Parts: sequence; structure tokens; C-alpha cells
Amino acid sequence: MHTLSSVPRKVTLAVAVTLVGMVLAACGSGTSATTNPTAAATATSAKKGLTVYFIPKDTQNPYEVIADQGGQRALQELGGKVVISSGTADTAAAQIPSIQAAIQAHADAIVIAGNDPSALCPSLNQAAQAGIKIVAFDSDISCGSSPSHLFINQANTEKIGTSQVDLLAKEIGSKGEIAILSAAASATNQNAWIGYMKQQLKKYPNMKLVTTVYGNDDPATSLTVLQGLLSAYPTLRGIISPTTVGISTAAQYLSTHKSLLSHLTLTGLGLPSQMKSYVHDGTVKEFELWNPDNLGYLAGHAAAGLASGSASLQAGSKFDAGKLGSYTVLAPSATTGPSVVLGPPTVFNLANIDKFNF
Amino acid sequence: MSVITAPAPAPTDRPASRMESLLRARELGIALAILVVFGLTTLNNHAFAQVASIQQLLNGAALIALLGVGETLVIITRNVDLSVGSVVGLSAYIVGDLFKHHHGMPVLLGIVIAIAVGATIGAVNGLVTTVARVPSLVVTLAMLYIVRGVDGVIVHGTTIDPASIPTAFTAVGYQTLFGIPWLALIVAVVVAAAGYAMRSFRSSRDLYAIGSNPDAAALAGIPSGRRVFTAFLISGALAGLAGALFLALHAQIDVSGGSGYELTVIAAVVVGGVAIFGGSGTVLGAALGAVLLNTINQALVASRVSSFWNGAIAGALLLAAIAFDRWLSLRVTRSLRSAEGAHRDL
Amino acid sequence: MTSDMATRPPVTNSHTVVESGQRAPWRGLLRWESVLVLVLIAVLIFGSSQTPNFLNPTNFFYTGLNMGEIAIMALPLTLIIMTGEIDLSVASMLGLSGAVMGELFSNGWPIWLAMAAALVVGALGGALNGVLVAKVGLPSIAVTIGTLTLYRGIALILLAPRTITGFPLSLTKIGVVPIPGTQLAYSAAIFLAMAVIAGVVLHATPLGRALVAIGLQPEAAQFAGIRVNRIKIWLYVVSGVVCAFAGILLTLKNSSVSYDAGTGLELTVVAIVLFGGVSIFGGRGTIIGVVLSVAIVGALQQALTQMNVQPEVQNIVIGVLLLISVVIPNSGEAIRHIRDRARRRV
Repeated sequence: MHTLSSVPRKVTLAVAVTLVGMVLAACGSGTSATTNPTAAATATSAKKGLTVYFIPKDTQNPYEVIADQGGQRALQELGGKVVISSGTADTAAAQIPSIQAAIQAHADAIVIAGNDPSALCPSLNQAAQAGIKIVAFDSDISCGSSPSHLFINQANTEKIGTSQVDLLAKEIGSKGEIAILSAAASATNQNAWIGYMKQQLKKYPNMKLVTTVYGNDDPATSLTVLQGLLSAYPTLRGIISPTTVGISTAAQYLSTHKSLLSHLTLTGLGLPSQMKSYVHDGTVKEFELWNPDNLGYLAGHAAAGLASGSASLQAGSKFDAGKLGSYTVLAPSATTGPSVVLGPPTVFNLANIDKFNF
Repeated sequence: MSVITAPAPAPTDRPASRMESLLRARELGIALAILVVFGLTTLNNHAFAQVASIQQLLNGAALIALLGVGETLVIITRNVDLSVGSVVGLSAYIVGDLFKHHHGMPVLLGIVIAIAVGATIGAVNGLVTTVARVPSLVVTLAMLYIVRGVDGVIVHGTTIDPASIPTAFTAVGYQTLFGIPWLALIVAVVVAAAGYAMRSFRSSRDLYAIGSNPDAAALAGIPSGRRVFTAFLISGALAGLAGALFLALHAQIDVSGGSGYELTVIAAVVVGGVAIFGGSGTVLGAALGAVLLNTINQALVASRVSSFWNGAIAGALLLAAIAFDRWLSLRVTRSLRSAEGAHRDL
Repeated sequence: MTSDMATRPPVTNSHTVVESGQRAPWRGLLRWESVLVLVLIAVLIFGSSQTPNFLNPTNFFYTGLNMGEIAIMALPLTLIIMTGEIDLSVASMLGLSGAVMGELFSNGWPIWLAMAAALVVGALGGALNGVLVAKVGLPSIAVTIGTLTLYRGIALILLAPRTITGFPLSLTKIGVVPIPGTQLAYSAAIFLAMAVIAGVVLHATPLGRALVAIGLQPEAAQFAGIRVNRIKIWLYVVSGVVCAFAGILLTLKNSSVSYDAGTGLELTVVAIVLFGGVSIFGGRGTIIGVVLSVAIVGALQQALTQMNVQPEVQNIVIGVLLLISVVIPNSGEAIRHIRDRARRRV
């Protein structure tokens, strides 16, 4: 039987002592403070010196980067500051350490674009119990009232879905087979919009949704599923891609295979900066989006308002969103909690696309 | 009177031809598999056999096939290069960024820069593996993290838009010559050149020796360090080239370019008959493996199989390919042994 | 992944000679574990100097919470790597078991039955790996890349695009509260308990010695009567069950599951095991090293996130740590090698 010699034993002992010491030192209880989240507003304007943590889906998504910049603008106007923190993988596990960092730093509010509708709830609930106000944007979380939160919707969810179907129907004469090129199969916002798209399609009996393919917001995967789609359905008339990566990948493919445009139309949600050249060369006629900078700006003001008590989750209550004016909190629905809508989506086409630089 | 007896047939003659024929059977087997998949899918959906569809099949496999050439060289020597995906992303972004700020940069210069970036990282991989004697799995895994991290810092949340890339460059991504996409042609040229080099040059033969039996190779005087270093250098350079082609194909790049490619490339290479233990395999096989995997992926979508089934089918196929590979190599060993036995009886 | 995967250093090296018993590798290892202890202390000092609340109990709870499942997966992987193989399917098995549990639970199965089913799936998946590697004799790196894809694919078929929630509150509290009276997360406590078991098995039982022997000299171990194949199969089964268990824990902690749970974690787990001083060649490594590695990586990630260091930079840090963890122990040998080459040239 091999026995431990003295040198290894000393090291083992040191390590054991270190670990036990850490465990003992860790004995203690955390803090917990509960506040009533749906109480009416108590203050009239946002406080100064607030710290808001922005937790995007990941730190490199260009759309989210623009939104975060909007949030920074908002807090700058209010004399506060924004900390942007997230991971590199689009997973809930990558966002949880950022939520913990916000708690440790005693942040006043968290603005989060959830990678997963439910997996973040336990951590966000802990944050709420520590007194941090929770705001979701871009991709909502679904936690019921634990924690309560305000959802900054870029546009009315139903409208985002229905308007894309209407855009496509207009261009293809309301007739033909169509397909959807989406992002990740588990993305909350995608699935919500697709749900409303399917509903809207009932109004167009001659248009048929043949399939939905998932590009995972990755250009290579999007291209592969697009090509497969085109082979599987050679009589396809239209493609809706409600994701900026999907639509730009499809647009690049169509712009280099222009013969397809004789029978195929592409629309969806896209960034004007990425789609500009495709609109100019006729590959895409119309698509829509909203200004992500404004989305982040609104979220920043909402978070600051909640943290200062000048905004509340009460339906019908208003709060001040700086240069964007005043916004009203909408009552919760079956699927969403208290929310605010930024505004209707903007339709981009040849007439106005050069005016935007995001 | 002296009787001159003919020398007994050299032991290398019979087994070599048998082994070569079995190996050639491997590539033929893959080509056959591609045709079978293609044929079955076309029966189901005639659009799969259209020119545009075939062009897509070639283009979709091109980048992985290109990476497969470099990966084959490395795996033959009993090493592995896990950093290729990150290299693709980094070189694609660097070239894209250069185009954005110097729109008039010549296309060739962009490609050369991409290759240089990849070659640099390949050189680091090679150095650490051979000089510092660190196992290549660990080195290239670490480089995967480091290069992707550096890419993230440089990219800083931006995207290079199609407007920034000159059309002369993106033309490489979609133009065709007699119906064959340039992308596929470029990769085919690389595969042909590499295949020729692997068969004819002495130093390429050394790679196989190093992979089969490193100690014997060292004793035979083969400069293993230099050979392995070169293999990593080429793998990195080809990954850099793949980055430039990625940019040409997609006309845009952000931080996620090339993510996850490394496991796909290894799968393609293994399907293509390159033994993961080193010592055997051809670049042609690897390229065909990439084509087969991509054909299956697109065939599944074209056959209207729910995209949710892709991963499971791909995994099952990979396992089948590895098992087949093993069966084939057992047959080769058996035939070698029987040939040896036959020779001894003489 | 057997010793053939990379150029193993020649047997004349004092680290791999078997007849000096386990003392030579022991001594080399414990030097690395001592280094790890110092690194851990340095990380703690660094963290507390850069952020205000780093050493407070809640942070300790968070670190355990974040690292728990990854740490649990690292334990069977350590044993597998010790025998010279590898298992890249760990994260996919975590995802698949969560998917199975979620799917059954959402169909009305009682939670305990759903969890048991998930564990059975883990055992089956592990058995598949084990049989293919040990019985059929396929290379483990290729097999587990195949099963990585396969298991994730099955999870996708089962769940996509849904997310299952609504797990019993009495169980999901493991993601919210520590063990009462302490600040230890449930998964961290389970990890520590399992680490003690793994440590005892590896360092103080004949089975543990057999594992080391298999890693160092597989043929000698076979001739010495060790049932190499049977042990390997069981190791993979254990790995499957443990990863399934980690998947259950992760699902309960998040109080939800979707098909992409744990995607991409396999390389992180491998990196943690290697950084803990386990040799990729097999035959060397300690559980204490892995525990320390988990603590260091966890604490470092907490510190860097709370300092708001970009996550890309965190990736670079992990990559560099990994490199250092192999370059330094090898450096003595590398210098000797360079000196020999220089001497030979003169």
C-alpha cells in the first residue's frame, strides 16, 4: 500500500486547511430585502449618480452594442453610469455571473436582454430581493412576479410579426409559398414574432408557410439552411427573416444569384447599415426595424426612473424618457408583464435608407 | 553452370499494391457515398440536381475542405489543430477591416495578408509543439481560446458590412468559371497541389513515418521537429486563406466567424479516411469527406427533413464512418500479415 | 485518446519510468499542486484588491453556484484522461439528460422518475462511448466528437424549440439558496463530496493504481492482468451517469431547460482538467490538482467579471493559463532537448 510521504502530506494539509478555512469564512447569511414592485411612483425625477448594469445577450452582438450605447447616453444625461457586462456565448449561464456582479456592486438597476426566458429568473429574483430594479429589453424574460420587471418592447410584439407578413404579401401579391429564416430555435422574441406571423397568415389564404429554418444568427449556418431551403422548395415565392444576420446572409446570396429574384422576394428585420447596398442594387425592396439606440436609451431612462421611484410598474403610469418624451406603462397581458413599447417599426426602402446610420 | 534464380519478390510489392488499392477504395467509397446521397435526394426532389444546387453543394463544402487539407497534414503526424476556427475568424476580420479603411486595396494583397495571419498562428502552434514539447491538443486548444479572445478585443462589437468590401473581392465568393464556382476551383487547386506534394515529395513521406512510429522515424534520421512545424505552418496558412474566402463568400464578418469549425473539420477529415492516430490518410479523402458531410446536410434540408434532426443524423453518420474506417484498417493489417506470411513460405 | 495522439517524450525521462514506482510522478505532480495553491492565493488577493466585496460569503456562494456542474463533470473526465482516453461528449450528455428529464416531466411524469430516467440515459450514452472505444477499439477523440453531435442532436429533437419550466420549487431552490447554515452551494457541496470519493479511489485503491498503470503503459497493464477494456467501459458509463446528474442539477438550478443547455462547455472542462496538472498522455494527475484548478478558474472568472473585464479577455486568460500549465512542467525537458540538438549540431 503506497503511503504518503511527508512532503506531499504537508501540501495536502495546507490545501485542506485553505479549503476548510474558506468554507468556514463563508458561513453566514446573505442579505434580503423585499420591496413592493408595483407601488406607485414616489419621486418626480430620476436621481443622480445611479449605476445601471446593462446585460446584453453577448458583448459582441452589433445590434445590442448599439442599444447599450443608447443606454449609456441616457444615464449620462442623468448623471449616472452604465456598466456593460455579459459573456461571449449566447447562453443564460454566461449572463448569470454578470447578474451576480451587479448584486455585488450594489447596482441600482439591471437592464437585461435574456438569452433564455426562464433560466435567469432565480438570479434576477435574488437581485430584486437585494433592491435592484429589473428591466428587460429586446428579448423578454418570463418569470411571473418573481421578479417583477418592466419589459421595454422595441415595438408591439404582435405588430412586428404581422407587419412583416403584410410587407411580404404586398410584394408577392398575397399568393405563394413562403418560408421563415429564423435565428436560434429557442430565442424568445423570434418564437413570439413567428407565432403572430402564423396568425396573420390566416388572413392571406393563398399564402402558405411551408417551413421554418434556423440559422442560429451564424452566417455560415444561415447560408447552409438557406441553400437547403431553396433546393427543397424551388417554387418558393417569399422569405421572411426576422433576424439581422439571417436577412443579410440571404440578401448577400440573392444579390449574387440575381436570377432567383425573378420569383423570390426577401424581407424581414435588418439593420439599415448592413442592408444599404442590397436596397440600392434592388435585391431587397423593403424591410423594417427600429432604432436600437433609441431602445437602449428608453431602457436606460426606464431603469433610472424605477430605481429613483419616479417610474413604476403600475399600468397607465407615465415616466419621462428624456429626448424621447413621456412613455406610458401598458397593463400586463397573458404572455407579458408590465411593458412599454418604443414605437411602431420603421419600414426602410430606397426612399429613406440613406438617412440612417445604424 | 550457375543458375541465376530470380530474386524473391520484394515484400513491399504485393502488400503495397493491395494497401494502395484498399486506400484508393476508401476515396472511391466516399465518392460513391456522395453520389448515392445525391442520387437518392434527387429522386425525391429533382431540384437538387439543378446547376445552382450543385454549385451550392460545392461552395458549402469548400471552406471545410480547405481546412481539411491542413488538418490532414497535422493529423497524419499524430497531432491535432483545434485552433483553425478561431484563425478563420481572426484573419477574416483583419482583412475585412483593412478593406474598410483602404477600399482600394488589391484583392490579392488581402488574400496574402490573410494567409500571413494564419501562418503566424500556425508557426506559434508548431513552435510550442515541437520546441516546448507540449502536446498539440493542449497547445491548439489554448490558442483557440487566445485567438478568439484577441479577435473579440479587436472586433469590439462591430461588424464589417458588405458595403465595405470591394465587389472585386466578393466576386471570388460567387463568380463561376464554366459553371464551376471560383471558390470550389481555388480549393480544388489547393487539394490537387497538396495531394501531388504528399505523393511525390520525400518530406511528405516523412509525415506519414512520424505519425506511424515517431521513435522509429527519429531513429531513421527524419527531422521530425521541422516536419511537424511545417505541417502546423501550412495548416495555419490554409486557415488564413479560408478566412479570406469566408469574407468573400459572406461579404461581412463579426466576431463569430468560423466558430465551431474545428470539430466539423475533424469530423470531415475522419469521415474522409484520415486515421486519427496518424500515419495514414490523404488530402483528397479529407476534401471528399467535407463534400460528403455538406451534401448530407443540404440533402436533409432539401428532403424537407425537419432541421431538428440534422445533429443526430450527423453524429450517427460520423460514428458509422469511424467504425467503417476501423474495419477497413483491420482488413489492411490482415492482408499485410497474410502477404508477409506468404512471403515467408517462399 | 491513447498515447498515440501526440509525440510522447522518450521513455528515458525520469517522469515516465515505471520501475521507480509512483514516487517519480508523485513528486513532479505535487510540485504543480503547490504551484496551484499559490496561484489560488494570488487570485484571491488579486480579486479582493480590485473589487470591494470579493471575499464576502455571497461571492463564495456564487462561485460555487457557477462552477458546480462544470466541476462535477471534470471528475470522471480526469479518470478517463488518466487512462489515456478522452471524453468530449460530457456537455452534450449534460444537455441530453436535462432534455430527457424536462420532456418527461412536462408529460406528467413524477420528477423523481424523470430524474431516474435521465440517469439511465446517461448510463446508456456512456456505455455507447465505452463500447465503441474499448470493445470496438475506435479512437476516443473521434468517437466522442461523434457522440457529442449525436447527443446534442437528440436533445434538439426532444425539446426544440420549447423551454420546459415549472420544476418543483422544493428542488429548484438549489439555484437560489446555499445549504442552510453555510454559504456553500448545493452543487459545490456535491462536487466536494464526489471529489473526496474520486480522490480516494484514484490515490488509495488498487483500481486507482490500475488506472495510472493503464495510462502509463497500456500493454504492460494488460499483461499484468488488469482488465483494461472492462475498466474503460465502466469509466465511460460512470462519466455518462455523472454528466447526466450534472445535467439534472443544472436544470433544477436554472429552474428550466432548453435544448442548448451546456453547449460548448466540453472544452472548458477539458481545459480545467489539464490546468489541474493531469497529463493528456495519461498516467499522471491528482484529484487535488483538479479541485484547485476548479477553484482558481471559478475565482478568476468571478474576479474578472466583477472588475468588468471583457469576457474576450477572460478567454485569453484561460488560454494562457492552459499553455503555462503544460509549458512549465515540460520546460526542463524542452531545454534539455534544445541543448541536445545544439550539441549534436556541433
